[in-house]
This record gives sequence, structure tokens and C-alpha cells, in this order.
Amino acid sequence: MSKLGWWRLGVVGGAVLVLEILCRTGVIDRFTMIPPTEMVAALWRLLLAGELNRDIAQTLSNVALAFVLAVTGGFFLGLGIHAWPRLRRVVDPFLATYYAVPFFVFYPILIVIFGMNDLPIVVIGFLFAVVAMIINTLNGLDRIPRVLLKTARVYRMNPLATALKIKLPAAALHLFAGAKLAVAYAFIGVIASEFILSASGLGYAIAYAYNNFNNEKMYALMLFIILLVTAINMSFYVWEQALVRRWGRG
Amino acid sequence: MSRALDTALFVGALLLAWQGLYWLAGEVALASPAVTAGRALELLGQASFWPHAAETGIAFGYALGCAILGGFGLGLLLGLHRLSGAVAEPILVSLYSLPKVTLYPLMLLIFGLGLSAKVAFGVIHGIIPMTLFTMNAVRTVAPVYFKAARVMQVGRGGMIVHIILPAALPEIVSGVRVGFSLTLLGVLIGEMFASQRGLGHLVIRAIGRHDVPTMMAVTLLLIVVAVILNSGLLALDRRLHRRV
Repeated sequence: MSKLGWWRLGVVGGAVLVLEILCRTGVIDRFTMIPPTEMVAALWRLLLAGELNRDIAQTLSNVALAFVLAVTGGFFLGLGIHAWPRLRRVVDPFLATYYAVPFFVFYPILIVIFGMNDLPIVVIGFLFAVVAMIINTLNGLDRIPRVLLKTARVYRMNPLATALKIKLPAAALHLFAGAKLAVAYAFIGVIASEFILSASGLGYAIAYAYNNFNNEKMYALMLFIILLVTAINMSFYVWEQALVRRWGRG
Repeated sequence: MSRALDTALFVGALLLAWQGLYWLAGEVALASPAVTAGRALELLGQASFWPHAAETGIAFGYALGCAILGGFGLGLLLGLHRLSGAVAEPILVSLYSLPKVTLYPLMLLIFGLGLSAKVAFGVIHGIIPMTLFTMNAVRTVAPVYFKAARVMQVGRGGMIVHIILPAALPEIVSGVRVGFSLTLLGVLIGEMFASQRGLGHLVIRAIGRHDVPTMMAVTLLLIVVAVILNSGLLALDRRLHRRV
């Protein structure tokens, strides 16, 4: 590992250690936070007992579906908006202010439209993630060298072939950045709606544990989500570095 | 002028889509645009609405203030000190993409039920993008400015006020813009869960009572205010970026 990597590990490890000491010495009382080692132990027990498996599977499949829909939908919407500058000029400020809208409030509406199943949550995750993908697609398309598009015209490619064979690879790094954000936002949308409104899934399990003063389970679940999302981010980061090495910077 | 027309057309199309969805899904799910607007006006005229709006406004104001000042201070430190910046950046980026809702119970346990938990929750949403933007802005200040400052024997404080702040201002405003949306989101999520006051609470109460027009009216008011304020910031952002 590089020197910076060791520093990072040291900072994170030090923070955890300080937390552990504060909890063990009683500076932070048990009703506020349990020591990190106990969180790990509680999480281990939960995973072994298997009582979370259903919630985990449900949340992850919802996130995955929302993510896939958002990435493909966002790419094609981005292509469409990019192809029509007049629409883009109008939509731009709306895209920039999009994340100020709290989408959870549409959950009841979505239940009536889609029924009492996982679909409303997937839709909220999608709504959260799709705009990050659209914005990054637009950024990526803006930076495609003109000559590549001219080449496509010379070869008389139709719009779909141009999109898939020229634009997609040429804007790949920006699209990748969009996909990374889309994962994060899909997680936020899905878990937040489970937390506030739903009656199942990991987000709900945390809210339920909180309401029942079950700190052990609550912190174990929090730790699980943090570790999971960090692991996903890390793998995306490594993959992105590999892409950068192969294709050079944007 | 044509731009204003296009925007009007776009908003018109959105309203039309809303009306269409209303016809499709019916009274149970949606209120029509007209009913929602009527209910929103009615709410604005009610005395009982304003304490909730004020509560949200105060919580949001505190949270945004803390996020901007804290993010600026942190970003400044991390931007000036290369090693700590390089160490902190990936950590901050992965914190940025955590679903922070999961941490809300923690905020409640530390700060107790009430205003401070909401503010703290808003701050953890807004402070990270603000830090990242400030850090990158400070890092990319042209070295020649620092040299000029050293030649003129500008002190540390003067360096920040006269060199870094003006040079990094456009990026900082971008950070404020992103932080604005996320802080609002954080405060509203905070109000939706374990809270007795504020607009987020009004929405959740309306959902619980299946009072669709109120729910949509409060949401509409929130969206309109957020979009107007954010458009102002966006205009400022673009203007500053063009100036440089």
C-alpha cells in the first residue's frame, strides 16, 4: 500500500480507537452509543442467526433495480436532452435544483399507482439516481471530440449506432462517474424511504430498532450499511482507476 | 425572451403531465394542480401554518450556516495542507455517498429530540460537499498569486481574505449551491422522522391522515421555494464563473 493509504488507514483506525475508548470509559454512555467492537460482535451474531437475510435481500435487490433503471434511463435521457439544445437550456436549471425536492413524499402516491409492493421504493430510488446520471451524461457528451462525431457521419452510422459505438465509449469516464453517484443516490433513496415510510427492508429495521431502544441491533445494522456502501464504492474506485489507466483521462 | 417562453412551455408540459397523472390515478392518489394550488394558498393564509414554516426555516438557516462556515474552514485547512488533503479526500468522498439517513437515530441519541438534532442532521448532509468544493478551489488557486502575496509580505490572515477567498469564490458558491439542496433534504428528512414541528412533519401528518391535497400543497410550496432560491444561487454561480 502507498504511504497515503497507510495514513488513511491510520486516520480511520485512530477515529475508531478513540470512539472505542470514549465508549469504554463511559464518556459516551451506553444509551447513546455502544463501543465499535460490540457493534461488530452484534453484527456477526445477526448475520450468523440469519434473521436479517430477508431484509438485506430486499433492500439490495431494490437498490440494484433502481440503479440499473437509472443508469440506462439516465444515459438515454441525457442523449435526448443533449441532442436538443433548446430543451437543454430550459431543463438545465431544473436539473441543477432537482436534489432540493424531497421525493419520499410521493411514496403514498406511488403506492396507489403501483400497488403495495417494492415498486414504489424502486421508483423513488430511480428518481433519486436518474438525474445524477443525466447530468454526468450531458457533461460527458459535451467533452466528446468533434472529430469522432464526424467519423460517425462519414461511416453513415444511424443515431443508435452512433450512441452505442461512438458516444458511449468516448464519454465512458464521465458516465462512470455518473454511475458511481447513481449507486450512492439509489441507496439513499431506497433506504430513506424504507426508513421513513415502509414496513420492511434494512432502513425499516434500523428505524424499528431505534423505536424499541434496541441499540445493539441498530448500531449493528448501521455498521452493516456503512461497510456495504464503502465496499461498493471502493470496488467502483478501483475499477475506475483501471479504466483511467487504459483510456487515459477523459 | 425566447428562453422565458421555452421555460413557460416546459412548466406547462409538467403541469399537463401532472393533470394527466391525476386523471390516470384518481382522487385517492393525487390532487389536481388546481386543487393543490388552492390548498397551498389556503395554507399560506392560515395562522397555524406559519410556525411550522418558521421552524423549518430556522432549522435550515442554522444548518446551512454551520455547513457553510464549517465546510469552508475545513476545506481551507485541507486545501492548504497537501498531505492532510490527500489523506482526507477519499474518506470524505466515501462519507459523501453514504446513505446518511441510517445515521439519523445516532443524531437523535446525541442531540435529543428537537431542533438541534434536525440542524445536526442537515449539517452532516451539507458540510461534506462544501468541504470538498472549498478544498479543490483552494488547491487550484494559481501559485503565482501566493508568490505575489509573499513578495508583498502579506500575513496569513491577509492571505486568506485577499488572495484565497476572491480566487476561490466561484467554486465556493458552487459548493454552497450543492450544500443548499442537501442540507434542505437533511432537515426535511429529520422533520419527517421523530419530530413534532416543521414542514416535513406537516407532510408526514398529512400522509398519515390521507390528506392528499395538504400533502401535495406543502410539497409544492417546498419545491417552489427551493427552486427559486437555488436558481438565484445558480445565476450567481454562473456569473462568478464567467467573470474569472
